[in-house]
Amino acid sequence: MPQHIALKDPHREARIYSARTITAIFIVLGLMTVILARYYALQITEYETYRTQSERNRVQLQPLPPKRGLIYDRNGVLLADNRPSHLLSVVVERTPDLEYTLEELRKLVPVSESDLENFYDKKARRRPYEPVPLRFRLTEAERAILAVNRHRLPGVTVDAQLLRHYPQGALFSHAVGYVGRINEREAFELDASDYRGTFHVGKVGVEKYYEDTLHGDVGYQNVETNAHGRVLRVLERYDPTPGADLTLHLDIALQRTAYEALGEQRGAVVAMDPKSGGVMALVSTPGFDTNLFVNGISSADYSALRDSPDVPLFNRAVQGQYPPGSTIKPLMALAGLESGLVTPEYTVPDPGWYRLPGDSRRYRDWILKIRGTGHAPQVDLEMAVEESCDVYFYDLARRLTIDGMYEYLHPFGLGERSGIDTTNERRGVLPSTRWKRDHMNQPWYPGETLSAGIGQGYMLATPVQLAVAATALATKGRHFSPRLVKSVGGEAVPAPELAPVEATDEHWQVVQAAMREVVHGKRGSARRIAKGIEYEMAGKTGTAQVIGIAQGEIYREEEVAERHRNHGLFIAFAPYDDPTIAVAVIVENGGGSSAAYPIARQVIDTWLLGEDGATVAATGEAG
Amino acid sequence: MGDYVRQLPGHSADLARPTGTAQRLHLDLPLLGLLLALAAFGLVVLYSASGQDMGAVIRQGRFFLVGFMVMIVAAQISLQRFQRWGPWFYLGGIGLLVAVDIAGVGAKGAQRWLSVGGFRFQPSELMKLVVPMTVAWYLADRTLPPRFKYIMACLAIIALPAALILVQPDLGTALLIAASGLFVVFMAGLGWRYIVGAAVLACASAWPVWMYGLKDYQKQRILTLLSPESDKLGAGWNIIQSKTAIGSGGWDGKGWMKGTQSQLDFLPESHTDFIIAVLAEEWGLRGVIMLAGLYLLLLLRGFWIGLHARSSYGRLMAGSLTLTFFVYIFVNMGMVAGLLPVVGVPLPLVSAGGTSVVSLLAGFGLLMAVSTEQRMVAR
Repeated sequence: MPQHIALKDPHREARIYSARTITAIFIVLGLMTVILARYYALQITEYETYRTQSERNRVQLQPLPPKRGLIYDRNGVLLADNRPSHLLSVVVERTPDLEYTLEELRKLVPVSESDLENFYDKKARRRPYEPVPLRFRLTEAERAILAVNRHRLPGVTVDAQLLRHYPQGALFSHAVGYVGRINEREAFELDASDYRGTFHVGKVGVEKYYEDTLHGDVGYQNVETNAHGRVLRVLERYDPTPGADLTLHLDIALQRTAYEALGEQRGAVVAMDPKSGGVMALVSTPGFDTNLFVNGISSADYSALRDSPDVPLFNRAVQGQYPPGSTIKPLMALAGLESGLVTPEYTVPDPGWYRLPGDSRRYRDWILKIRGTGHAPQVDLEMAVEESCDVYFYDLARRLTIDGMYEYLHPFGLGERSGIDTTNERRGVLPSTRWKRDHMNQPWYPGETLSAGIGQGYMLATPVQLAVAATALATKGRHFSPRLVKSVGGEAVPAPELAPVEATDEHWQVVQAAMREVVHGKRGSARRIAKGIEYEMAGKTGTAQVIGIAQGEIYREEEVAERHRNHGLFIAFAPYDDPTIAVAVIVENGGGSSAAYPIARQVIDTWLLGEDGATVAATGEAG
Repeated sequence: MGDYVRQLPGHSADLARPTGTAQRLHLDLPLLGLLLALAAFGLVVLYSASGQDMGAVIRQGRFFLVGFMVMIVAAQISLQRFQRWGPWFYLGGIGLLVAVDIAGVGAKGAQRWLSVGGFRFQPSELMKLVVPMTVAWYLADRTLPPRFKYIMACLAIIALPAALILVQPDLGTALLIAASGLFVVFMAGLGWRYIVGAAVLACASAWPVWMYGLKDYQKQRILTLLSPESDKLGAGWNIIQSKTAIGSGGWDGKGWMKGTQSQLDFLPESHTDFIIAVLAEEWGLRGVIMLAGLYLLLLLRGFWIGLHARSSYGRLMAGSLTLTFFVYIFVNMGMVAGLLPVVGVPLPLVSAGGTSVVSLLAGFGLLMAVSTEQRMVAR
């Protein structure tokens, strides 16, 4: 086979090469055109889009969060403050290895699991180069450790912010409330533009009710920043409006007295100024440390509060609905007088029990088990109030009928929210035939009128409602919607006046005098606190049954489990001639009003005599 | 073993008389001029892109100095010497690549460097020139267009170093080296049926390569290309910022040192891979066209040199060098504008970085050697 020897043909090769070169040139020119077309598209066709985008990168609108308004008591004692706090953040784009950085940080300062959870959550929603907070409230020692180690942890920053602080801790926990971190639902409901740069919002209490006032208005500045978020220049600035400071009617001396007087017991105290409707004390025990909530309470702490059987988070003053018991007797007395069904001289026989016509059931008076008989063969209005006679009021209630009761008691504010300027107020229950039909789809039974007449049965009232009723009794009918806040930013905010309770001056006198006898009378149910008293107080005791006592049984306090013991209530006003304070006290499961009235005495002493007023030792049994 | 030289009557085949300093130094003036212009323009842009860092500019200037010196030295060497040395460098290079794969050092999981007595260098950089030289050496003496078995031999010559580099792993460089070798074969007259066949094969293997061949981060780069907004804060950030930089330049540009994207640090890698975005932002489309023009002139000069080369080897080298240079330009400008996935390819002679400058200028030195050879022939 002949060998195929190919000879190099330079011309042919040169021609091939030239052809290929031409091809190559065309390809180069073609691709170059594609490239330039692309640049044209970006730089000419879409110029506006990119121009805007580069402006957007360059100029940032930064929110300037407003300083939250402070809260003071009536004497200028600081109840809610803003304190600088330092937080540890990470700029994720500047950390070469996030996991490593986080590990190292955890070796330097404590970081909890919930901190990490929040960190990753915020990381997902951040803008480029925006610092993501990892830990709040760095201590000075922690700041020092971080400062020393910062150089080897790029992307880590320590910033300062203002955090809410409650110097009085548990003492004002329910009155003032607290702020907490804005959660998802709140973020949805709040006006996002007004809350830029703010991470906390009022959750409960005055902090929440007055959120708008306390928050102020956010400001803005237009800054030029580089990609690291560093502000290079401020182009424009709109200052934030700081939140207004609030001065409350609350008095720390009264709060403390009430809080300490309640001690370990569960209960509430509400003290009001009858002339203005200002709330000078609002205590619910047990309280809790509101500072725990500011930056996200730990689940351990929260479970402890939530699961405690004493429910510290429950504001008994405003949310607690209790049977008012005998405390409504002065109101009933006024109803009786105004309706003409009784006069001051009218008497009722009292064998210690009462029977409805045509019914065999005996409705007992509490004194029956103690004395074996009633209060007296005949009981008049003053004695009925002074000694808290049930029989008198069973009779009055029967004759008034439940709807008549409703008509006379409703103006005192029972069954309606008082409108106090705080959160979670309940409206209690003032029963009537219509109420029962609407709520329980049943007719009203006559026997129920009797228990209603002594403040039991379906009737329920909050301590605030009782305090408001007490102010009406103190001022002969004039009362206000209670107000915690006295002034906003220095300007006084008067309490709205409610429709007065109509009654003749004479009738008011009778009722007031009877209430005075409760404390100062020889057989007054609260006579024990008259000892050493330096002024004249008018009041009314109350005992609310928690469980029913069967016919023929005797209530023996020691035998009944603690949470089934009666509640103790007391309402009062003083000084008798020109009242400047009205008080409502409830002690849950206190056994009886003897647990409540010493507290009222202490509170009123503090108010009228100063904080070093005389203390009264509480003794005596249920009464 | 030179080509048969044909002479047209009327011309004397005397050796070229050195007609000037440039020619005495074997330098191709137009090429030199264009390269200097490009270098100068690059330094100006670099000054702005590096944030007015004179130090960076001086460093780059030094690299240019070294590069130009290497270029001049390379231009002195006769093409025949290059042709003879090629295969030896190839063998040496293979040895070095094996050494890298066994005992190489590197960062981020890539072994690309050899450390010799405190001196580090990348053998793969060397291969960028040596592989086309070897392929050209192989084909220069053979009949062109190359027959099937020659093509296979060339593929073997190309595949070996490419595979060794791929293992490092360094996909980008491996592809570039393969491309430069293949350009030689193309310019030698590789039959179109082979080219079409290869294209079909490439398309057919796209799916399996996607599924099994590509690593996750490589797949991610392609996905980011198609939809940068899907990961604004991560992979998409670079592309979104560079498009913003380019687009916001408009026709005029924002002015030298006034590009907000680059000066305010929104543009990453602004003085290296993404430097054309700085140029586009500050000099506008005007500036981009100017740069493209400079590059095109350079490329055309390269093709011209190739067309007028005297030897097969010279032609093939010139063609490959020119086309490889174009690949850098196209891939870099394309990726920064979001046309191609992001790969680490610098903008030739403008991006900061010494290795690229020196190796490119070395290549241009070789190109000048080709042009010198040409000049020795009377026209």
